[in-house]
Amino acid sequence: MTVVSSGLAVQVGYLARRSVIRTLRQPAAVFFPLVFPVLLLAVNSGGLKAETNLPGFPTDSFLAFALAVPFIQGGLFATGNAGIDVAKDIQTGFLNRLALTPMRGVALLLGELGGVMGLALIQAIFYLVIGLVFGVRLESGIAGGLVMIALAAVIALGFAAFGAYAALRTGSTEAVNGIFPVFFVFLFISSMNIPRNLMGTDWFRWCATANPVSYLIEGMRSLIITGWDGQALGLAFGIGIGVIVVGFALAAAALPERMART
Amino acid sequence: MVQDRDNSIVAEGLVREFKKGPRAVDGIDLRVDSGEIYGFLGPNGAGKSTTVLMLTTLLPPTAGTARVAGYDVVKEGPKVRKAIGAALQEAALDPLLTGREHLRLQMAMHGIGGEERKRRADELLERVGLTEAADRKVNGYSGGMKRRLDLALALVHRPRILFLDEPTTGLDPQSRAALWEEVGRLARQDGVTVFLTTQYLEEADVLADRVGIIDHGRIVAEGTPEQLKAEIGCSTVEALPATPEELGAVTTVLERFGTRTTGFSPGTVAVQLATSDGNLADIVRALDAEDLRLAHLQIHEPTLDDVFLAKTGRHLEGAGEEEAEVEPEPAPATA
Repeated sequence: MTVVSSGLAVQVGYLARRSVIRTLRQPAAVFFPLVFPVLLLAVNSGGLKAETNLPGFPTDSFLAFALAVPFIQGGLFATGNAGIDVAKDIQTGFLNRLALTPMRGVALLLGELGGVMGLALIQAIFYLVIGLVFGVRLESGIAGGLVMIALAAVIALGFAAFGAYAALRTGSTEAVNGIFPVFFVFLFISSMNIPRNLMGTDWFRWCATANPVSYLIEGMRSLIITGWDGQALGLAFGIGIGVIVVGFALAAAALPERMART
Repeated sequence: MVQDRDNSIVAEGLVREFKKGPRAVDGIDLRVDSGEIYGFLGPNGAGKSTTVLMLTTLLPPTAGTARVAGYDVVKEGPKVRKAIGAALQEAALDPLLTGREHLRLQMAMHGIGGEERKRRADELLERVGLTEAADRKVNGYSGGMKRRLDLALALVHRPRILFLDEPTTGLDPQSRAALWEEVGRLARQDGVTVFLTTQYLEEADVLADRVGIIDHGRIVAEGTPEQLKAEIGCSTVEALPATPEELGAVTTVLERFGTRTTGFSPGTVAVQLATSDGNLADIVRALDAEDLRLAHLQIHEPTLDDVFLAKTGRHLEGAGEEEAEVEPEPAPATA
């Protein structure tokens, strides 16, 4: 019997493929993360358009200002998708099946997250196309669009790692669903709808400044309305990568307890 | 054939305690020889699944030792896993993947490469009768199909020892018979050692070379089905009086022929006969002489349930409803 290396790459590749297949076979898992953020974008762009008349508002197109938000929302959906997939594997015993193979624990995490990143890329391209179709012009050009997609993938990966961590800790899809709204609170107390320097309420401005999500949005937004802003991009990628490292470390630490084997 | 290698399972003083429960497994000693089908029979909550989790390296024992395929389950987990296949209590399948995708994923995890992966998948699908359903998603499979796929997945890397945890629970008789046939073939033709847990008497009786009966985490009887039934010896007679008022009188008559035992049905009286040559006619004559009328009378040969009854004072059926199995909690990995 031919046995080739059950190397990490093969294991990750197959698990990522499975994750993508699972997602694509659940239309709701693709449809809502694509459509819901766009609907919210449409509502906000219509309802908050007058904000552009505020002195100091950085652009005269609220659509361009708000276009960064769906990218972050898409990342938040990744939290739920990754977490629920891992929790289901625990609940159905699929994780035990994998534990009986020579699969390395890290392959499970990378595979699940790889699949989530695939969906995140599709989402990012979709949001970008929607923005361009409705007249948004990227100040950073085509290269900026590619960086936006890369940043979206980083953000999705970071949030997904936290989703996987929650699943590994609790082993419950209900618990993962429970933490999903908590992440949305972070979105709503960020600079998603108004620049921080224009926030009139002190406590809200303080919260938005302390909230890392603000910097993810501002980095993404800078590519649309400012051009190449090294500080904004550095903060966004730095925080995004930091979230990946912390989320992945937590998930990796939780994995041995959940995938117990001698 | 893999008969020349050590395909045995040996456990000595195996114990598993959980934080919030009693000892799920309480000092089990067992030996399963190469190529043998060992039936591990017991009610729900007896400790069968916990034993399987320990023997398959998914749960470290609290005390005791076990060697599977010659390897220590605690110190040599990866070697044990390489030698074994397991279909655990629930058919752990992904409802969104097809049967073929499951097999390919499992083989990739085992490091089985390209062409071999395709060939082996086809071979296993044919073996378990799922060729036509191979490219359908598992959420459309029946219970029997899921169990057969589960078995195929356990076989992808040609294991020398196979653990099957209640593989036929919930299956219709036809699916059950098909699975028995396949398990029997694996042991007889391929020399695979099979450790099979079950709560079905018939399954253990038909399939197993030897049976271990477990209750409250302890093995209470062990041997071939024939040996165990021979221990019980004589047949049991069970009578249902025509009126409940006659129960006492019927009992008195029946006790002349043997020892009172637990009946299978409410309102009946049962007696294990003192001699092995059935004397039903004598019993009927004695009852008739006392002018006692019966609604029902039956004699049954010793079964594994009688063995369980003799050893535990309870019938196997329904025994597990008295106490639920303690859910194994994940233990920290040791490697």
